[in-house]
Amino acid sequence: MDVLYFAWVRERIGLPREKVDADVATVMDLVEVLRAREDRYDAAFSDLSALRVAVDQQLADFDAPLAGVREVAFFPPMTGG
Amino acid sequence: MRIAVQEGPFDLGAEADAFARGRCVSGAIVTFTGVVRDVAGGLKAMEIEHYPGMTETALTEIATEAERRWALEDCLIIHRHGTLAPGEMIMMVATAALHRKDAFEAAEYLMDYLKSRAPFWKREITGDGAEWVASRDEDEAALTRW
Repeated sequence: MDVLYFAWVRERIGLPREKVDADVATVMDLVEVLRAREDRYDAAFSDLSALRVAVDQQLADFDAPLAGVREVAFFPPMTGG
Repeated sequence: MRIAVQEGPFDLGAEADAFARGRCVSGAIVTFTGVVRDVAGGLKAMEIEHYPGMTETALTEIATEAERRWALEDCLIIHRHGTLAPGEMIMMVATAALHRKDAFEAAEYLMDYLKSRAPFWKREITGDGAEWVASRDEDEAALTRW
């Protein structure tokens, strides 16, 4: 699946998007896989209360299932308007 | 309903005029415009990042819900992204309804949801560097009244 990062999450991890092939059931499983990779990922995901997630471009919870999902995005709370 | 996500500026007068002109059903047109402000002084620019694809989807869903809740004849959302200077217009919404209460309330609803449910992120550029604008608890709390 494609994993996208926005705003300071993108800056902290150091890239806007990447392909991740992992056998994960939920968003939380994906977070754990990413955190285990490198310190920059671990730092970006250290406080999940500061993050929001979208699954196939719809806001979702961290326990959302990922079966059949093509795109997951992580970002801070939105500041539009 | 029209949703526009764009980098370039928009003409507030022309947009408001085009939106209002020729309406026979609606007796009330409300427009709101958001401007890049520089309260503390020293703001060089405001950068607005967004999530192409999801942004358009989220704005359409927010506008669709507004049209479901209030008796709107039409609504318009224009939101910019990219680098903006202080004083530039960031976004506008317009609503057309039979009566002003619906038009005002729907415009406020659009604004409240745009603030914290549309995937935009603001960053302020000053002489000291760049800083992401933190979300405000008040913006999240504002959603509970709807």
